[in-house]
Amino acid sequence: MAEIYELTAHQLREKILAGQVSAEEAAKSYLDRIERLDPTIHAYVTVDAEGAIARAREIDARLARGEQPGGLCGLPIAVKDNICTLGIRTTCSSKILENFVPPYQATVVEQILAEGAVILGKTNLDEFAMGSSTENSAFAPTRNPWDTTRIPGGSSGGSAAAIAADLAALAFGSDTGGSIRQPASLCGVVGMKPTYGRVSRYGLVAFGSSLDQIGQIAKDVRDAAILLNAIARHDPKDSTSAPEPAPDYTAALEGGVDGLKIGLPKEYFGQGLDSEVEQAVRAAAAEYAGMGAEIFEVSLPHTEYAVATYYIIATAEASSNLARYDGVHYGHRTSRKGDMIDMYSRSRAEGFGAEVKRRIMLGTHALSAGYYDAYYLKAAQVRRLFRNDFDNALRQVDVILCPTAPTPAFKIGEKSSDPLAMYLSDIYTISANLAGIPGISLPCGFSTDGLPIGVQLMAGPFEEKKLLRAAYAFQEATGHHLKRPALTP
Amino acid sequence: MDYEVVIGLETHAQLNTKTKLFCGCSTQFGAPPNTHTCQICIGMPGVLPVMNKAAAEKVLRIALAMHCDIDQNTFMDRKSYYYPDLPKNYQISQSHSNLGSDGYVDIVVDGKTRRVGIDNVHLEEDAGKLIHPEGRDVTYSEVDLNRTGTPLAEMVTRPDMRSVEEARIFMEQLRSMLMYLDVSDCKMQEGSLRFEASISLRPFGQEEYGPRVEIKNLNSMKAVVKCLEYEIQRQSQLLDEGGTVQQETRLWDDDAEVSKLMRKKETAQDYRYFPEPDLHPVVISDEWLDEVRESLPELAHERKQRYQESFGLSEYDADVLVTDQALGDYFEQVAQASGDAKSSANIILTEILRELNERKAAIDALGLPPERLAGLLKLAKDGTISYNIAKEVLGEMISSGEPAETIVEKKGLKQISDTAQLETIIDEILAENPAAVEDLKSGKKQAFGFLVGQVMRKTKGKANPKVIHQVLNTRLKD
Repeated sequence: MAEIYELTAHQLREKILAGQVSAEEAAKSYLDRIERLDPTIHAYVTVDAEGAIARAREIDARLARGEQPGGLCGLPIAVKDNICTLGIRTTCSSKILENFVPPYQATVVEQILAEGAVILGKTNLDEFAMGSSTENSAFAPTRNPWDTTRIPGGSSGGSAAAIAADLAALAFGSDTGGSIRQPASLCGVVGMKPTYGRVSRYGLVAFGSSLDQIGQIAKDVRDAAILLNAIARHDPKDSTSAPEPAPDYTAALEGGVDGLKIGLPKEYFGQGLDSEVEQAVRAAAAEYAGMGAEIFEVSLPHTEYAVATYYIIATAEASSNLARYDGVHYGHRTSRKGDMIDMYSRSRAEGFGAEVKRRIMLGTHALSAGYYDAYYLKAAQVRRLFRNDFDNALRQVDVILCPTAPTPAFKIGEKSSDPLAMYLSDIYTISANLAGIPGISLPCGFSTDGLPIGVQLMAGPFEEKKLLRAAYAFQEATGHHLKRPALTP
Repeated sequence: MDYEVVIGLETHAQLNTKTKLFCGCSTQFGAPPNTHTCQICIGMPGVLPVMNKAAAEKVLRIALAMHCDIDQNTFMDRKSYYYPDLPKNYQISQSHSNLGSDGYVDIVVDGKTRRVGIDNVHLEEDAGKLIHPEGRDVTYSEVDLNRTGTPLAEMVTRPDMRSVEEARIFMEQLRSMLMYLDVSDCKMQEGSLRFEASISLRPFGQEEYGPRVEIKNLNSMKAVVKCLEYEIQRQSQLLDEGGTVQQETRLWDDDAEVSKLMRKKETAQDYRYFPEPDLHPVVISDEWLDEVRESLPELAHERKQRYQESFGLSEYDADVLVTDQALGDYFEQVAQASGDAKSSANIILTEILRELNERKAAIDALGLPPERLAGLLKLAKDGTISYNIAKEVLGEMISSGEPAETIVEKKGLKQISDTAQLETIIDEILAENPAAVEDLKSGKKQAFGFLVGQVMRKTKGKANPKVIHQVLNTRLKD
């Protein structure tokens, strides 16, 4: 038998339900591997080994009593460290929250616990989810399991690396401009950003409130569907969560893509796109055509304004969301003496990293008197155009297919001194956040350096089912997801 | 030189909802510090607000009562500023949109109606409170977040008031309006009603306004009046001496009775308002709007007019009755049950108010249902008891909780109107007081009153005064 950690979540669940593997064995298998590999990968900020084992034993006890612990029965899950966990420190990979232990549970955490999940720990991210490489973590960068000299993508780099390196069966990420899909692409795993409002944001430490979305990072498409089943529902604690009922996402995986209309947006295949990535993504389109899908060229004409629009809206909201970290009520407070203003500014100067400060300044400027109309208000108006672009394109086709990221994983340090180059890592993912639509990234091949390449599918609001079915068909036909990085030991 | 005074008022009223604006915490005043708090109102990382619809409805009531245009798709904004009593460092308020705008309140000044424009009425959350411990070595402050997130209505007038008296009347009327609308308890001492004033002076006849001075920290209507008077004095003097008034914000010092500079115009804060992304707009459907419009009560000034017109009450009496809405309700119930509005008003404005003052109680707590008071009035009216006895019975009704009839019966308080019976008593009195009779005969009329008093004493007040007069007059003519 393969090692437990090598199993997908749905395979492991079957073995646990069949009594072949206990939840405790599953937890220990992952915890052992974390102990061996995470000093190299650094996917986790906090590992809760004790809590995970106690919880796994509780699940085993319930199984022994003949109870049904739920759809995530005994599955070891990694939670991005910007999602609040009651009693487990939640740092956002920031010094300012280094010792913050939430007194409450995020809705998604409540939901997976209700379905029998076991929480392994909290994964690394770019500080407050601001970044595309996980180098902006205040603690240490996470390394790409396929090549540990490279970044795993970001900001959910810890969760993506954890899945790629078999350090968790399932993981939560959050996606404000591509922070689930881009690292999933760079780590060769499946990452999904559901429709804005499909999954509750309650307990997700806010970055850009109108863009933030919790989603799944998984070893394969079925695993992504299982996790979405546990969390896709209305939450009265989140006013922006959607009242629409959610279907069973696993039920529809096997429908195939015969007759599916797939659109390739011409604006996504231009300058800046790595040729190997383009080749792999076009090959994916050809693969779909071979399975009976129809391929069309479509246009998303406002694409070139996406990054600019995003960096106004996201930073404006961030400047306000991060105002509460001031050293008064919790979190880091400067030890230097001074008046109230000194305390505020020193606590924040000491607690935030450079990228976070840069974005707070950008956002503050965009909201300032005299600039609001030109920046924030204009960006909010332009935002509507991205939704129109997608509405128009999705009248012609069912699904949009494009690259997830312009390049495979780059070297640690390669772009850290060039924020603009870094921002362009999200050029193909940002539009879905601006439009509020769902997107999924899945493995579609490898570069000559052996680095994973991802393809992205996008669909209309609440069409996660359609995305998962299309992704599943591709996965089953190609098997790229089965290739694992060679990690020693 | 005399200047024209231009005054505008901003009023914050805490809404009397059970729970806070965005979470389920209690809004009750006076709890131990930081006990009415949760992760939402103290702004923990990751929490989200959920709108309390009852609070929005209360602001809608105010906006409709102030004849405002209603934004049926109104939304909240974030107002950014740093202060330790504001844990998120932004306040969820309104600015780009207001629930109500362009309304007015009519006030009556010296018998003339003056219209005060209402720029806007909007919804926002309250901040917490800083506590500064006393002591020389204290280098810290404390924060109480119980109040944080309590819903507030902010009502902003246009600069339409032209005297301190107009401002005073406006505040009184606003307070009464909010009480009648059942949107706020308006307890200034608990901070549930707070004012900020802006005032400028200009020479009479000048069209443009003078530089505006805003004054904060006004904790009572009296403080507003005092501070406006002070500012008129201060600004007039400045202008008279050839100086200029600076546009600035000042703080009122209630102990020293002076205003002090807080910040100049140049350092005015930029609040960086932008739409609150965590909340959808408050959609006010036509149905909801109609429902609320129809549920609006008669307001104090309307009720006062009705009391004068339908019941013939004096302006003063009507005013006293409508000032306290519950008292007005009580009056109407007594008047209805007794069929005599005039004596209902009389006994409430004298005896009942005296009882309430003595007990420091509200009318609801007096334990005297309106039908009972009406019953007493009926007994007095049909002559069963005298008006003086009625007062005595009233006290007994309140203390024992028994109806008037029972007390009159039990204590034998029925009025003696029987002439024969009173003749016997009066004859005795006359015999016992020959000196008074002599005095009366020699023209000292006050002796008559003395004799009446003696009869009352002997009958323990039960004698019918009319009959006493008749009998005495007849006897003394003899």
